[in-house]
Amino acid sequence: MAKRIDVSGLSAFYGSHRAIDDISMTVEPRSVTAFIGPSGCGKSTFLRTLNRMHEVTPGGRVEGKVLLDDENLYGSNVDPVAVRRTVGMVFQRPNPFPTMSIYDNVAAGLRLNGKYGKSRLNEIVEKSLKGANLWNEVKDRLNKPGSGLSGGQQQRLCIARAIAVEPDVLLMDEPCSALDPISTLAIEDLIGELKERFTIVIVTHNMQQAARVSDRTAFFNLAAVGQPGKLIEIDETERIFANPSVQATEDYISGRFG
Amino acid sequence: MSNAHSGAAGNGPAAGPAGSAAIQNRPAAPATGESSGSGPGPAPSGGPGSGPERRQSLSQRGLPRWAPAGFAAAGIVIGVAVGAGAGLQSRVQWGLIAVVAFLVISYAVTSAVENSRQAKDRLATSVVWVCFILAVIPLFSLLWVTVSRGMKVLDPYFLSHSMAGVPSSQAGGGVYHALIGTLEQVGIATVIATPIGLLTAVYLVEYGKGALAKAVTFFVDVMTGIPSIVAGLFILAIMLMGKIEPSGLMGSLALAILMMPVVVRSTEEMLKLVPNELREAALALGVPKWRMILKVVLPTAIGGITTGVMLAIARIAGETAPIILLVFGSQLINSNPFEGAQSSLPFYIYEQYKAGEVASIDRAWAAALVLIAFVMILNLVARGIARWKAPKTGR
Ligand SMILES: Nc1ncnc2c1ncn2[C@@H]1O[C@H](COP(=O)(O)OP(=O)(O)OP(=O)(O)O)[C@@H](O)[C@H]1O
Ligand SMILES: [Mg+2]
Repeated sequence: MAKRIDVSGLSAFYGSHRAIDDISMTVEPRSVTAFIGPSGCGKSTFLRTLNRMHEVTPGGRVEGKVLLDDENLYGSNVDPVAVRRTVGMVFQRPNPFPTMSIYDNVAAGLRLNGKYGKSRLNEIVEKSLKGANLWNEVKDRLNKPGSGLSGGQQQRLCIARAIAVEPDVLLMDEPCSALDPISTLAIEDLIGELKERFTIVIVTHNMQQAARVSDRTAFFNLAAVGQPGKLIEIDETERIFANPSVQATEDYISGRFG
Repeated sequence: MSNAHSGAAGNGPAAGPAGSAAIQNRPAAPATGESSGSGPGPAPSGGPGSGPERRQSLSQRGLPRWAPAGFAAAGIVIGVAVGAGAGLQSRVQWGLIAVVAFLVISYAVTSAVENSRQAKDRLATSVVWVCFILAVIPLFSLLWVTVSRGMKVLDPYFLSHSMAGVPSSQAGGGVYHALIGTLEQVGIATVIATPIGLLTAVYLVEYGKGALAKAVTFFVDVMTGIPSIVAGLFILAIMLMGKIEPSGLMGSLALAILMMPVVVRSTEEMLKLVPNELREAALALGVPKWRMILKVVLPTAIGGITTGVMLAIARIAGETAPIILLVFGSQLINSNPFEGAQSSLPFYIYEQYKAGEVASIDRAWAAALVLIAFVMILNLVARGIARWKAPKTGR
């Protein structure tokens, strides 16, 4: 299931503003890749180019290639809807659908995409909620609204919703930034489990988190405000944190940035 | 914050302005009685004459809770006294004097007993209350007059009979034919205007960009300002060209023209309130855009959309001009909106009032009451739906 991502020469624009410039990297299947870098350097923008969510923003435009197991996401015959079904996404702020129950939230991706039998649906919902470490907390109130959960539970609900459609790749944009340490730990454990099945890319501002969960780390930076963000280096996480090859990375990691 | 000093500490308001010295000791101000709404903020300025040095205590002398009611009573007394004393004829003048007296008293007393910041606060609150009451008086008097005059002939007979064979000078007859007409015409107009309005709003919010969206927005704005008689004339022109006879449907078309822009506007606002994150969440699940709109955006906004549609219905239910032009009016029951003249409630009211007989004017008031009740029921239904469908917060 898990797929390799090959990015080459990718730039993304907001209108005429170039937000990221000429990024090339490879994301290995069944691994966790962390993106770190200062605010505004284009991590979220880059992440959103990986499932064609960037073009949803007004004025959003992309140049370059993203290969998902040799298939170019930006090829002329590619349907963005199909891409997003293959490459799932979890957002920074939990965003369960307010009109739907917990059950319906998890089933949303499946229901909105096609027909499933009731027992099959029950099965998938339970499996996804278990996968997101949420099942025990919500199994007695599956019909209550999803917005009635705590922030951390909502975020795990969103993860369950994302993995219910069985994507090949899971993108997570600062999934823990609004959460307490315990929920954060739960989600980090979850990421460790999920990487058995998915290719995971996670954006984080938390160095320890990047060190804890990721196999490889990519450092992004921008030359100055208003300049496009660039990939500085990507390497094994241990190497990035112990002995990065670029001085800027070391400065950023050790807090000497800016 | 708990050490409540009794009395003014240190430099309480020194002697107020000459005039208010007498009023100052009227409401015996207990130190514990915080004036309503005023937090125990650090209030540096005491009354006039207090120096720049800061107050020590956080608590301060305050007026009791019932003070505003007292001010209002005093204002009314002054208004009545001055009005009667000066022999003013108009009750409106009495009321204005009472209002001014109320505002002056509340400002003066508060600035004397408390401080000038509190006094400004009190003045603003008082002005808001006065405006509220000024706005409510016409509403209630209208309701009162309509109910008291309308109840005279309003009974099941009135609701279930037409005016067939009833001369306008005679009592009896009813509103059934007009009620049928209103229900059918408004119903058809709603069926025409709601889908078009909804889809237009969805287009504008979810898809529209560039020149076409701007043009649509512009024309919706223009349509919002169309007077109902113009919409009526427009349809009339078509009828004359096509040699079409007046019927309920023609009236519905004009009503639909009036209703559409209202639906578009309100739906647009409601759709804009749906957070973008929900749209992105749905798209990121690999949901096609049209399904996202249908299953996520519209359900999230459905409460507000329903309210908007109901308000638009309420607006067109009272239209008279297009009905006069296009539906022609009738004394008989005609439940077929596609053929022949019909009546409608606003038209019926107009017609009965114009007849000028005692009995017919009674009927006009009763019909007005029926119309108000119709709109009110719609409103309640809309609120019910909005509450029932609104996103549930769970806790
Ligand atoms: N919707 C938008 N329209 C225009 N410019 C945008 C938009 N979103 C982001 N940008 C710009 O693109 C650049 C990269 O933004 P991005 O959100 O990718 O940064 P980030 O690395 O995710 O930052 P953070 O760590 O704060 O989330 C910034 O300069 C930002 O101003
Ligand atoms: Mg970001």
